[in-house]
Amino acid sequence: MSRTDRFITRRAALKTGASAAVLGAFGAPMVARHAIGQSAFNWKRFAGQKIDVLLVKNPRSDLMQAAEKQFTELTGIKVESEQVPEQQQRQKAMIEFTSGKPSFDVAHLSMHVQKRLSEKGKWMDDLRPMVADQSMTNPQFDFSDYGKAGLNFCTAADGKLNAIPTFVDYWILYYNKELFEQKGVAYPKTMDEIFTAAQKLNDPAKGIAGFVSRGLKNANVPVWTSWMLGMGMETVSTDGKLLTETPEAIWAAELYKKLNRDVAPPGTVGFNWNECQTSFSQGRAAMWLDGIGFATPLEDKTKSRIAGKVGYGVVPAGPKAQHSAIFGDGLGIASASKNKGPAWFYIQFITNKANQLNILKNGAGSPARNSAFANQDVVRESIFGKQWFDTVLASAQIGRPGLPVIIPVTEFRDIFGVALTNMISGADPKTELAKATAAFKPVLEKSEQG
Amino acid sequence: MPPASEVTAGRVALPSRAASRPPAHDFSRKYGWFILPALIVIAAVIVFPWLFTLWMSVHDWNVTGDHRFVAFDNYRRLVSDERFLESVARTFWFTALAVIIPIALGLWAALTFHRHFPWRGILRTVFVMPMMATPVAIALVWTMMFHPQLGVLNYLLSLAGIPPFAWVYSPDTVIPTLVMVEVWHWTPLVMLILLGGLAGLPTDPYESALIDGASRWQMFRYITWPLILPYVMIAVVIRTIDSLKVFDTIAVISQGGPGTASETLNYFLYLQAFQFYNIGYASAVVVVFFVIIIALSLLLLHLRQKTKWNA
Repeated sequence: MSRTDRFITRRAALKTGASAAVLGAFGAPMVARHAIGQSAFNWKRFAGQKIDVLLVKNPRSDLMQAAEKQFTELTGIKVESEQVPEQQQRQKAMIEFTSGKPSFDVAHLSMHVQKRLSEKGKWMDDLRPMVADQSMTNPQFDFSDYGKAGLNFCTAADGKLNAIPTFVDYWILYYNKELFEQKGVAYPKTMDEIFTAAQKLNDPAKGIAGFVSRGLKNANVPVWTSWMLGMGMETVSTDGKLLTETPEAIWAAELYKKLNRDVAPPGTVGFNWNECQTSFSQGRAAMWLDGIGFATPLEDKTKSRIAGKVGYGVVPAGPKAQHSAIFGDGLGIASASKNKGPAWFYIQFITNKANQLNILKNGAGSPARNSAFANQDVVRESIFGKQWFDTVLASAQIGRPGLPVIIPVTEFRDIFGVALTNMISGADPKTELAKATAAFKPVLEKSEQG
Repeated sequence: MPPASEVTAGRVALPSRAASRPPAHDFSRKYGWFILPALIVIAAVIVFPWLFTLWMSVHDWNVTGDHRFVAFDNYRRLVSDERFLESVARTFWFTALAVIIPIALGLWAALTFHRHFPWRGILRTVFVMPMMATPVAIALVWTMMFHPQLGVLNYLLSLAGIPPFAWVYSPDTVIPTLVMVEVWHWTPLVMLILLGGLAGLPTDPYESALIDGASRWQMFRYITWPLILPYVMIAVVIRTIDSLKVFDTIAVISQGGPGTASETLNYFLYLQAFQFYNIGYASAVVVVFFVIIIALSLLLLHLRQKTKWNA
């Protein structure tokens, strides 16, 4: 045996040391990352399994479907998802859940419409055990990051977590900064001031309306409930009593009537959001009350004449309170699903911080996670501007459901929607609300029976 | 040699056709099962749904709850449901307009395109084009054109010094406006049916009438009209059934509104069944709707028979 066989030379030691240092510098973090990833959370636990997902057709679902490939690479779980237009998706969900054998494992729910229905029908699995189980939930999931408004929508009265919130829509007041400046009008601080400001801005000779909002039945109800929230009251009490004939409801209906009758564009009785958006984006209305998600087309210079001139404001205070009507969506696991583990992996991945931030980056609406709005890079780069982000955050602080948490939400919207359109045509708010309340009361009572 | 029994009065009795045919009961026994697949299909797709609809119509059945037998309560409720009764009246009003106007315009167009004139082929193709478009796509385009502030229709009116019109954005004008869309869409169909009828008319009566010195109006009134009346009736039957069950145009353009001003029977039915999930009540509406369509169709077919006899 030579000397060199038994003893390490200085040169060899230096070589080995240098190699080890290089390997350590580059390789160790990789090994460590792998080790942490594997030891902290095993994404491959359900590799090879398949889940079906029912989504609603919208830009957020497009983003979810785009992220599926990454999910499958991470977990080995195959995803079959379909997007169905909103109304048809609700019908499909209703029929399939009622059948007891839904064809999907994960479903999108519009919680402002389907919350009570899904609770009563026990459609969805309680996700609390999943969230609490460290072997099932990635430590980076950060459940505390979800805003209160979205979580309230997804949580039943008995505390069950029926879905993970994906999107929260806050109603805000859009305003045309240019028109406000031209007329020297300040942003209204109260709901009464909305009307006085609209009177000043209304210019029928130039084809400009002071204010625009939905007048078409069904679609118009959240406008009225928004004003009613300014009286600190929702349309149905927590114990299920209708509050639609109260002085507060009548005050809100009167405000609705005069805004849509005296300072609105002609034909507002048949306006849904798309007609309102057209009027506002073409500079034909000075203010518009609607969901915050409409900012994207308003800031699109190829479609909007007021891009860069849009003001975003929190809904002004009413006589008794200041609230923003909110609407929210969530993703839940069907109780009848046989793939609950993979389904939960899908939900926690698709609603993680990066994917929620992606919603904001792509102008696809307001995500349910708070962290998305705290990302200053996104705020700086966004076409919406800081005012939009400030409005979202401020609205989140004062959000209250824009529709009652009852089963027959659609009938509620239909019956009271007709009453509101009648008011625009000149009918007395008190009489119309009394008639609508009498018509809806038996429907509500019957819905909770059986 | 034939057997003696078959020889009668010096003639050989040949076996008759009836005798060579197997008895009726043998035939049905042998080949009856051939109609079984058709019977099964008819039972599955026509008879069963109908019986099931009738059964549901006598139940209080909401998708979200249990169902219970209520006999004719749903039908009694229909009689006192103002919104339903208004939707029936509105459906008849809409149907009357959406049948009469396309028939009148379609007849005029058919008579025009029946004559020979330059560019006739191209113009006829252009006239037929609305019929080829998808109803929902058409409805979306019309919706944009109806916008009271920014729609092209009010812009065109303003060029002529006419004040803006409310179109579908007023309870008073929504039905006539929806009829206008229907007329634009379906007049070409009526024209095609009547053009087919005109092409098959004999020329002799016209030649005789010309010799007798008949005017154009007299030729139309006493020759053309009676001869194409059966074709007119076909167009009336098709348009009546289409107009009674119109849905897509209303759902896209006005969604039954403003208020309930354009809520026809079919839209009312859609709301009850697929928005409110009142399956029992909606089934009762279906039964009544079916009775109305059958009654009207029978009446129109009866009238068509009469026109055939007269022709």
